[in-house]
Amino acid sequence: MSLRNVAAVAFFVIIAIFLFFSALLIHPFGEFDEDNNPEMDQYIIDNTQIETGADNGVTSVVFDYRGFDTLGEATVLFTAVAGVILLFRRLKK
Amino acid sequence: MMSRIVKTISNIAFPIITIYGLYVIAHGHLTPGGGFQGGAVVASGCAMILVAYGSVWTMKKIKEKHLSILESLGAIGFISLGFIGILLIFLYSSYNGSFFKNFLLNQNVVPIFNEIGKGLSNINTAGVIPLMNFAVGLKVIAGLFVIVLVMAYATRLKGEPQK
Repeated sequence: MSLRNVAAVAFFVIIAIFLFFSALLIHPFGEFDEDNNPEMDQYIIDNTQIETGADNGVTSVVFDYRGFDTLGEATVLFTAVAGVILLFRRLKK
Repeated sequence: MMSRIVKTISNIAFPIITIYGLYVIAHGHLTPGGGFQGGAVVASGCAMILVAYGSVWTMKKIKEKHLSILESLGAIGFISLGFIGILLIFLYSSYNGSFFKNFLLNQNVVPIFNEIGKGLSNINTAGVIPLMNFAVGLKVIAGLFVIVLVMAYATRLKGEPQK
């Protein structure tokens, strides 16, 4: 067993222990947590239907409250298309 | 270029997949989904046709230049809807506008998408969000399909039948 493998196994064990004890600290699914409850969650649940008119809260966040973020995602897709077309273009003989 | 069985099944499944993807795009402001997700569904249906019929046949039917134009049209429509919110400030000095303002909501000038949703069947709601969903959906359909099409056509085999 080389030194490289020993280092890899040690790194894996450290990461696994870290992830295991992190998972134990997550609060239970579906229960209301008093300590870790940002006001933004409750604000969006209460006001999204009046302010944006959409029933789907996720879409109202993506396209209305954070429309600028969606513009960035669309730009990423445009850049990917431009790069692929540039890379696989037909060269003239 | 696959066998006749694969082509027949693809012909049957392609309209169903396309209609489902367009449904996800059109109901993006009501049910889970939206422009990105529905566009990915439609683009995967197009990729199924590409696998079944081969890249040479598909490239004869639709060129990557046309798909690229469609993708740019989606991007232009999306960013135009964002800028109209700013342009309305110059037209009406008392208008409280901003970038990506929901300018179609709660007004009686244009009677489309101007209501507030109260149930999952009210499609005439949510202002500019459905229009943005259509723009992003067009962009994702054309963008993902042109990526798959160009890569498949560039890496095709020389001995592939040209039929």
